[in-house]
Amino acid sequence: MRSVSKSVSLPPFQAFIDAQRDTVFRYLVAMIGPNDAEDVFQETFISALRAYPRLRPDSNLRAWVLTIANRKAIDSIRARKRRAVPVADVPEVAVRDGRPAEDHDVWAAARGLPATQREALLYRFAADLPYSDVAEALGTSEDAARQRVSEGIRHLRKAWAAT
Amino acid sequence: MRDIEKALALDLPGDPSRALAERFAARAEDEGLLDVAYTLEDSPVGPLFLAATKRGLVELGFEGRRELDWFVARLADKLSPRVLEAPARLDPVRRELDEYFEGRRLDFDVPLDWSLTKGFTQRVLRATAKVPYGEVSTYRQMASKAGNEKAVRAAGNALGANPIPIVVPCHRILRTGGSLGGYGGGVPRKEFLLKLEGALE
Repeated sequence: MRSVSKSVSLPPFQAFIDAQRDTVFRYLVAMIGPNDAEDVFQETFISALRAYPRLRPDSNLRAWVLTIANRKAIDSIRARKRRAVPVADVPEVAVRDGRPAEDHDVWAAARGLPATQREALLYRFAADLPYSDVAEALGTSEDAARQRVSEGIRHLRKAWAAT
Repeated sequence: MRDIEKALALDLPGDPSRALAERFAARAEDEGLLDVAYTLEDSPVGPLFLAATKRGLVELGFEGRRELDWFVARLADKLSPRVLEAPARLDPVRRELDEYFEGRRLDFDVPLDWSLTKGFTQRVLRATAKVPYGEVSTYRQMASKAGNEKAVRAAGNALGANPIPIVVPCHRILRTGGSLGGYGGGVPRKEFLLKLEGALE
């Protein structure tokens, strides 16, 4: 008898967005704050939809969409910096990545960390990925991913204690 | 000592990304990236799964016979994975169906996309689409119009596989001699539609 192997196919985009939207939104809120996160959420999924039919069906969809979200968030931070106009009365708040750090907002404090550590924290905690997926998203080994996360937490603890 | 890992797990009340995802469907349509739009619509014959490509209505399914996910996954497989729940594209179809069920519409004007069918099946269904409201025909006549009057059974199969029932009125096709025959949505629905059209007492 001939055995028929069922080929793996991509889920319908609706199923994909239903499964990933919460993770992507959390990731973006942590990275750029709730206001910009809404626009960048749309940009992220538009970019994903554009590329979707060419995606390999066995891809790690969560890691894939988070790398898009990360790229779009960085674009948005850059665009904001370009638009920023110097003003005479600068408010007395710490400014990182062009936006004020909110008190008690640990993610705002995380914006002051080195990018490698901040990204590791974003993937691990905001996106709630297991370390194997954090490693895939960062393009490192799992050990290296764990190390970046623990370094990030150590630095953040110091920065946060100072707020 | 504050628990930093707990603070890092963002506490976002409600389900804030749900509304964003719903808004996304309209954005995808604006960008021309939505290959297949679908919605569910209530009707006197139960919930209907409606799907349209950019060309037109491609599928109408009796949702009670299959689950929503089954319809959506099949379209993703057969047409394109760019499938989203996007009710706006189906608005004209819903309007015409409402009018039909109220007895105010005898013909459907919405464009159709035949791409889920081919060959003899498509020819049978295109012939079926020309059978007028309130009238009936036979499997044999449809087989003949599709170019092979001997292929009565194949015509029956083609009608059973009609991806756009009601709009392509396969319920109007009966057995020679007048018995109802089968129906993809179940015979009670066929009876209901024929009575609605006044073709059956």
